[in-house]
Amino acid sequence: MASPRIWLAWRLGVFFAALAPLLFWGWQVANHAAGPEPGRYLLLNLGIGALWLLLLTLSLTPLTKLTRWKGFTLIRRQLGLWTLAYATLHLLSYALFILGLNWALLGSELVKRPYIVVGMIALIGLIVLGATSNRWSMRRLGKRWKPLHKFAYVILGLVLLHFFWVVRADLSEWAAYAAVSALIMATRLPPVAHRLPKLRYRLSR
Amino acid sequence: MLINIAKPSDLTEADVTPESIYLSRRRFMGGVVGLGAGLALSNPTHANADYSDVPQGDSPAWLKEKISGTEWRAITPDDPDKDKIAPYDDASNYNNFYEFGTGKTDPARRAGSLRTEPWSVVIDGEVNNGGRFALEDIAKPSQFEERIYQLRCVEAWSMVIPWLGIPLADIIQRAEPTSKAKYVRFETLVDPEQMPGQRSSFSLIDWPYVEGLRLDEAMHPLTLLAMGMYGRELPNQNGAPLRLVVPWKYGFKSIKSIVRITLVEEQPVNSWQLIAPNEYGFYANVNPEVDHPRWSQATERRLPNSLFSPNTIDTLMFNGYADEVAELYAGLDLKANY
Repeated sequence: MASPRIWLAWRLGVFFAALAPLLFWGWQVANHAAGPEPGRYLLLNLGIGALWLLLLTLSLTPLTKLTRWKGFTLIRRQLGLWTLAYATLHLLSYALFILGLNWALLGSELVKRPYIVVGMIALIGLIVLGATSNRWSMRRLGKRWKPLHKFAYVILGLVLLHFFWVVRADLSEWAAYAAVSALIMATRLPPVAHRLPKLRYRLSR
Repeated sequence: MLINIAKPSDLTEADVTPESIYLSRRRFMGGVVGLGAGLALSNPTHANADYSDVPQGDSPAWLKEKISGTEWRAITPDDPDKDKIAPYDDASNYNNFYEFGTGKTDPARRAGSLRTEPWSVVIDGEVNNGGRFALEDIAKPSQFEERIYQLRCVEAWSMVIPWLGIPLADIIQRAEPTSKAKYVRFETLVDPEQMPGQRSSFSLIDWPYVEGLRLDEAMHPLTLLAMGMYGRELPNQNGAPLRLVVPWKYGFKSIKSIVRITLVEEQPVNSWQLIAPNEYGFYANVNPEVDHPRWSQATERRLPNSLFSPNTIDTLMFNGYADEVAELYAGLDLKANY
């Protein structure tokens, strides 16, 4: 029903929607509206932003099953790469704005602080998935591509652990993300996954 | 394990005498004033003018009067170029006050619901002269002082804040501690209706927020009960109407919106120690050599900073107040008693 031009517009729309928070945060920092510690403001927003993008990426498959709408599949790689971009910027803000590019300190912090180790493993995972998300890699990896990219589930778990270890006194925000994650992962359990298309059939009648 | 250390208060009642402490306080203050703060002191209007761009709050008449009688610049930083006063907007919009949420800007957005007037404080426990006191009566007998202190948060950032208040020692002396009094325990208000953070069912803090000091720490001349900052009353998000300021300890020791001060015999368990005893101890003295398990305490980010100059400075032992307070901890293993 939709022409290639409309699909292009959809993908561009998603691109700008994912870009918008970065522009907004940058604007806030430029206008001194990000508080007395703008580096930390960027660090925290980028971290939460990366988690949002990871959850959105992982919700595309169940959404496709539920709706059969092609649009969700079309943006999966893009959102995955956005997740990687946010997570990379998150680490860069930590190194730049919190540690002040003190590489020796980064090295010792990486070893000493378990939550940073866990975050780092998650980021390396995202880099591997990002690097193998192109068509060439998909062809090269063949049947192994899909199991490799299921590592995204493990990454979600690592990100939640990283987040959990940062919490100091109130778990409500973390619990909300953990609940959404559990819901998204539950749609992958075979009994649920099989029912999603049937649910669509029932809803459409 | 509870490590018992010799405390001055372990001695007889005579050793807690207000007089000696009072005298040492005077000596200390005299020294500070002698260091050339006299200029600012002699001209309070001049000192006040620094705050012309600070929004004025809505404080009761008695508090306005106390503030106008302040001894301005009673304590100032040794190095005013390094320790520049943070802008009021930053000090009042970047707060940890979990009663109003865990985000740094939550307290400024949500603390409007706190009613600070009327306010009373219960002073009880090992005292001869306890009871419930109106805030006005607590403030009245003492001279307000302005003290510019470095505030070092346990999260490795810091700001320089000009507080207004009275020495905690004044209040404790008036309460007349008994010989059994060894520690002071403080409590923040509990009222989920006024404090939305207390309504969260996922909070790890078991309200009320509790803090504690050893009696000699509480009696130390640097320990302040603040009722104002930047030449005005405390904004709600900064712990109105009454908060503690202990400049050589991490910020979380400086408990906000105090409703109860209890002199006790046993070391109180403070809220953070209860949540994570391996991360937060009772003493919480600023110490660059003892890391928080999740980050280094060797340096701090002096705020406000900007993106490409994090303004990272070395953290000083006892937050730079070692000359005044180090003797309190002679013989105490600061690595074990963090």
